[in-house]
Amino acid sequence: MSTDTLEAGPSLKDAMSDYWSRIKSGDIGALPAVLGLVVLCGVFGAMSNVFLTPGNFANLLTQAAAVTVIAMGLVFVLLLGEIDLSAGYASGVCGAVLVILITNHGWAWWLALPVSILVGALLGFVLGTLVARLGIPSFVVTLAAFLGFQGLLLLLAGEGGTIRIEDPSILAVENNNLSATWSWIFYIVVSVLYILSGLNRINSRRKAGLKAELLKLWILKTVGLLGVTGIAVITLNRERSNNPQLVSLKGIPIVVPVILGLLVLGTFVLGRTAFGRHIYAVGGNAEAARRAGINVKNVRIAAFVICSALAGVAGMLFASRQNSISPQTGGSSTLLYAVGAAVIGGTSLFGGKGKMRDAILGGLVVAVIDNGMGLLGYGAGIKFIVTGLVLLVSAGVDAVSRRGVTSN
Amino acid sequence: MSTPILSLRGVNKSFGPVHVLKNVDLDVYSGQVTALVGDNGAGKSTLIKCIAGIYSPDGGDFLFEGNKVEINGPREATALGIEVVYQDLALCDNLDIVHNMFLGREVKKGYVLDESNMESLARKTLDGLSVRTVKSIRQTVSSLSGGQRQTVAIARAVLWNSKLVILDEPTAALGVAQTEQVLHLVRRLADNGLAVILISHNLVDVFEVADNIAALYLGTMAAQVNKSEVSTNQVIELITTGKSAGVDQGAKI
Repeated sequence: MSTDTLEAGPSLKDAMSDYWSRIKSGDIGALPAVLGLVVLCGVFGAMSNVFLTPGNFANLLTQAAAVTVIAMGLVFVLLLGEIDLSAGYASGVCGAVLVILITNHGWAWWLALPVSILVGALLGFVLGTLVARLGIPSFVVTLAAFLGFQGLLLLLAGEGGTIRIEDPSILAVENNNLSATWSWIFYIVVSVLYILSGLNRINSRRKAGLKAELLKLWILKTVGLLGVTGIAVITLNRERSNNPQLVSLKGIPIVVPVILGLLVLGTFVLGRTAFGRHIYAVGGNAEAARRAGINVKNVRIAAFVICSALAGVAGMLFASRQNSISPQTGGSSTLLYAVGAAVIGGTSLFGGKGKMRDAILGGLVVAVIDNGMGLLGYGAGIKFIVTGLVLLVSAGVDAVSRRGVTSN
Repeated sequence: MSTPILSLRGVNKSFGPVHVLKNVDLDVYSGQVTALVGDNGAGKSTLIKCIAGIYSPDGGDFLFEGNKVEINGPREATALGIEVVYQDLALCDNLDIVHNMFLGREVKKGYVLDESNMESLARKTLDGLSVRTVKSIRQTVSSLSGGQRQTVAIARAVLWNSKLVILDEPTAALGVAQTEQVLHLVRRLADNGLAVILISHNLVDVFEVADNIAALYLGTMAAQVNKSEVSTNQVIELITTGKSAGVDQGAKI
């Protein structure tokens, strides 16, 4: 790549003004979530001397994991302009299936886990079929399923109510860490792959004679992202055990690579495949999608299948974190936090707008509020109210920015 | 005159007791704009839906490029090279221009969308139509004006080496300047060798771009005449009464 092709493109200033006009026209993307995250971390860091410790940071990640994965699934359904209120209890049901298969029936985890996720996919297929083929509003179908799955979970959990899981592999996901060395290897491999894929994208567009992303801007963004994640790895690699002689706690929690894998997979499906494109199309204008020859019903069903299957993965995370499942697994505020996470991250409730990463950003915001306020000594009451307000503000920002677009 | 790309002979269509199209004949030529005019309820929409394969006619012959064809469903119409741009355009606001132009017919490399290829093709098509009003083809359709949206919808229709493009009131909701742009575009389609059927209520538009005019009156083809042979008033008579002094209604253009 010669330097004059770099100079020939638009300047950084143009790119900034482009971005600014996009924001003004309502396409705010991840901006509110990122800003919110920075502000929240600043406030909680200043008010609590525990919040910014490595121990709490690792705790935050494992705490956010299950809700984030449910939110990732919800992004698919929200993109269609539908909703899945039953995803929380779907994760509970799948978690129960997993734990029962392993604890009560002695299955190996690598057999039980796919089966439990498959159960989730099946639940999603039923929901999707009812919505797409019978035309029942998703709100009603999944509200019914919310109750139904809760009952199913009660039946599965049985009289005792709680089933423990002792499988070391499942427990490791939320409780163990990569060693410090492996953490760095993981970070470096992912970074290199990220850089290569970015360069490859820019290069192939240049070769095709198309306007490519400004290299300077891309370098800035990449350095920023890798810098922040690098600091995160350094923090996680510090000793965070209260008693290092007894037990050493450091490294990236194993759940992080799991979520990263799901993020990459989901982003690929939504952004680079025809199926992903069709999801956006159906969410944007279902009639236009139908006339373009897209099988709208199948797209709808597939989105619900993906949502519930990811809830199945979240069920495994719940089982791992709680060392058990109970009739409350995936219940209470789980689903609302997950919807909140997706919307706070920038996914529109009106459909057609959203990304996989929204779930991660929003999941972190929700977890930071929960965690930070807990550290400051606020009870569940205040936490719920604040999280509810944040969700309301995000949905409001979404609605207002949408109005800005349509009035243009 | 050369053979028409599409000929309809004696097409009939009824919905229950309502006889909507009665022995309709229509000839459409490559490189020409055929305006289809008629009052509300004259059967314009039904006729184009028969051509587009959405309705199947009860009787009559379809000749496409001289061969007798049956169009059963929109996909068969598309396969023949017939594209329809409906009045509501059917664009996805949240997707960009390239995505919309390739919606449902994405170009893929294996399982992965071939974005560069699609963008180049879209760019080439828009350039071929001399469309210069669109700043970036990666902007979302929601940010476009009505005329630009119409342009995208039309460009999508001609992207697939189509031979016949049917436009349903493309200027109905547009301002003066945008109407002019779209009419230029319609003219360019024909000049590029495509056959165009233009449905319009606006006779000023019709006389500006059409080569010949087909007037429907209560489900019958009142006349299909060359534009040069009729006046606006005669066309209005054809639309409102089904006949006009001085117009040879049996004539074939």
